[in-house]
Amino acid sequence: MLGFAHLFASRLVKALAILIAIVVMNFFLVHAAPGDPAMVMAGEAGAADEKFVEQLRQQFGLDRPLHEQLATYVGKIAQGDLGFSYRQQRPVWDILAERLPATLILTLTAFLLALAAGVALGTLAAITVGTWADSAITVVALLAYATPIYWIGLMMSLLFSIQLGWLPAFGYETIGAGYTGLAHAADVAAHLILPVITLALFYMAGYARLTRASMLEVRGQDFVKTAKAKGLSQSHIVTRHVLRNAILPVITVAGIQAGQLVGGSILIETVFAWPGIGRLAFEAVLQRDYQVLLGIFLVTSVMVILFNILTDILYGLVDPRIQAAR
Amino acid sequence: MTRSISGFQFGLPLAVQRATAAGLLAAVLAIPALSGLTAAPAMAQETPVKGGVLNSIVQPEPPTLMLGLNQQGPTQTVAGKIYQGLLTYDQKLNPLPSLAKSWTVSPDGLTYTFKLFENVTWHDGKPFTAKDVVFSASKFLMEVHPRARAVFARCESITAPDELTVEFKLKEPFPAFLQSFEVSSAPIVPAHLYEGTDFRANPANATPIGTGPFKLKEWVKGSHIQLVRNEAYYKAGLPYLDGITFRVIPDAASRSLALESGQVQQTQYSDVEPFEVPRLKTLANLELSTKGYEFVAPMSWLEINHRVKPLDDKRFRKAIAYAIDRKFIRDKIWFGLGRVPTGPINSVVKFYDPKVTTYEPNIEKAKALLDEMGLKPDAKGVRATVKIMPMPYGETWTRLGEYLKQALGKAGIAVTLESTDAAGWSQRVANWDYEITTNFLYQYGDPALGVARTYISDNIRKGVLFTNTMGYSNPKVDALFASAAREIDPAKRQADYSEVQQILADELPVVWLLEMEFPTFLDKRVRNANKTAIGVNDTYEDVWLAAK
Repeated sequence: MLGFAHLFASRLVKALAILIAIVVMNFFLVHAAPGDPAMVMAGEAGAADEKFVEQLRQQFGLDRPLHEQLATYVGKIAQGDLGFSYRQQRPVWDILAERLPATLILTLTAFLLALAAGVALGTLAAITVGTWADSAITVVALLAYATPIYWIGLMMSLLFSIQLGWLPAFGYETIGAGYTGLAHAADVAAHLILPVITLALFYMAGYARLTRASMLEVRGQDFVKTAKAKGLSQSHIVTRHVLRNAILPVITVAGIQAGQLVGGSILIETVFAWPGIGRLAFEAVLQRDYQVLLGIFLVTSVMVILFNILTDILYGLVDPRIQAAR
Repeated sequence: MTRSISGFQFGLPLAVQRATAAGLLAAVLAIPALSGLTAAPAMAQETPVKGGVLNSIVQPEPPTLMLGLNQQGPTQTVAGKIYQGLLTYDQKLNPLPSLAKSWTVSPDGLTYTFKLFENVTWHDGKPFTAKDVVFSASKFLMEVHPRARAVFARCESITAPDELTVEFKLKEPFPAFLQSFEVSSAPIVPAHLYEGTDFRANPANATPIGTGPFKLKEWVKGSHIQLVRNEAYYKAGLPYLDGITFRVIPDAASRSLALESGQVQQTQYSDVEPFEVPRLKTLANLELSTKGYEFVAPMSWLEINHRVKPLDDKRFRKAIAYAIDRKFIRDKIWFGLGRVPTGPINSVVKFYDPKVTTYEPNIEKAKALLDEMGLKPDAKGVRATVKIMPMPYGETWTRLGEYLKQALGKAGIAVTLESTDAAGWSQRVANWDYEITTNFLYQYGDPALGVARTYISDNIRKGVLFTNTMGYSNPKVDALFASAAREIDPAKRQADYSEVQQILADELPVVWLLEMEFPTFLDKRVRNANKTAIGVNDTYEDVWLAAK
């Protein structure tokens, strides 16, 4: 257990160093893009004069030298302050906090669904390899993976909302309905179905193919033959011997994708008008809303680092040999 | 010449009030025809029903609804229901009452006096008075609103002789002054909340307080903006609607679906892509209108940097004009939305004159002009190479760029397309770092407000968008725009503007492409919407929903 704590602590120290590097790099990256928020706002207004742009730059702190802006920013980050969006006239943390739940509920649900369905389908395909069931799963997975995600979204919306009228086409909740408690949860859930399925289909396809390939490889190995020779039941062999060994690549990929949960659903959020953080990031890029963008980058980086650590821990749990090897 | 319009009387049905005001206007200003106000007679006989919520779209989501601080299109559409200006305009751009019930202009054209409606209150219950108007025009807008600043800087004094009267005294005549009081040009803001504060950082910006028929109830960022009826609105019985909900729908295809499925009953400006318009207008539940944009009267053009050779030569610019087919652009790229322009002034704006040099597509003339300049084709048929940076405002503009590449290529002008995003585009155009780009500007109801700015040499200002970024300079043009702006005799003004249109159409500082029209889709149940020159940006005080 001491080894585990040590591992965790050393990973945290490394993570901190990476985080600082990310903050500084991101800062220069966003400022390297042509134009600035004042110019964008002048463009949107349809009319401008020198004073307008100058006032905005002053207010946004853009008239200060870049290194001074960086120092101010890093100083604030160190104090846990993500800064202030002058465009929206609100603290960045408030803006993110407002958007994070919507994104997390969407991406986490889709992620878990994709993982469960993907591993189940991949396993099924592997044990029925060569049969029609295997072919069907492979074809569906390939289609889901190859079709543009926004197109699937639009088609689902056309079918289930416009044609059949079963589900809401877009949005997070019924506006102005004033639901509370369970009714509200049911309302959000109804709005959640289409975007979750669309997003999950794409990820699921990857997990299914990965699980299938990995299972097939492990299945041919000697220890599986030994298990069979011992007379173990088929289900025992599949779950305890094959799947447990085959799952490692899936965990690796899932760990990487989990890190992208915050920013990885821009298209879905756009198609379904889901008020999440992916869209916020996209708009912040176009509007050069530096502080919001940096805030999202930071939150995303933290997520990636956290999930990487989590993945490493999970490896050890699934396959104790990995931890022993450290 | 004193112009006086005594406006609304209470108690009359609104349609009659409107008609009365319109009739007076027509009589006093001797305007032969009025459009829009006297809508279909069948509708006028219907009795308005109170209640119901109108659903529309707001896209892109505005950063704030404080209209004084932000005049982005979507901000205007939403905040135009919350805030009000002194005036609004009919679709011929003649003034109509809004917060001002009547107004007079002194014969020397120097004094504008507005009488305000009585019993108007702000959404927080405080009374609205002339003091608010004086504060807005002389302090608030002067500080933060570039367009208003340019107009109110012409005032020698802005005073309130009494609680319900405001007097603007100008330094010199500026007849376009009367066109400067629509809600986005000069929104009236509450003095009691802003006086003596840092306007941009005022916490009240998050909860806009106006005088309009609707109040902000809820704004869930990324999702929707919900407005509800202002029960204390000063016109008895109005508004009819319980509320208006604007949904944020970022994807263009999803916006069309929302309209098609009836989840929204109104779309405006660029909500629907032009290529969707032919399909949507055939739907039985929808009505398409391109009216209601007369105040903005957008004009798009090829913006040409005169600092780059051979773009400084008017023969080259004429060759471009002959090489492109603007009817094709209107019909095939904008799917029929818009009109082919003749010159700098949009044909729905006052003082437009069609009697100018025009350029029909003619590839031979284009080649002849290039030959005359000595630009002979090389082995590959290329006479000159230019860079075009299409405006990054959606698919339609990208298609336009592709068309221009083809069309100019046929005349031997090879085009390199440059791509950019909104911020990069603004930066490069403002700093003159481009060769040719596409652009469109609003004309704001009068050439002195929205047209002159593009062509006068005073307005060559590096780093500022929507100025004379081409670097075009002609002293004669400067003089004509200047004298027209001060001229109070409409006939002399017309003469100045006609001459300047002829000069510009001959020199082609830019190549005008399209008098743009935006599609407004309204569900057929929606009544009384989109009647003025600001269409969907108006207050919607008398808009109502008929039964299904």
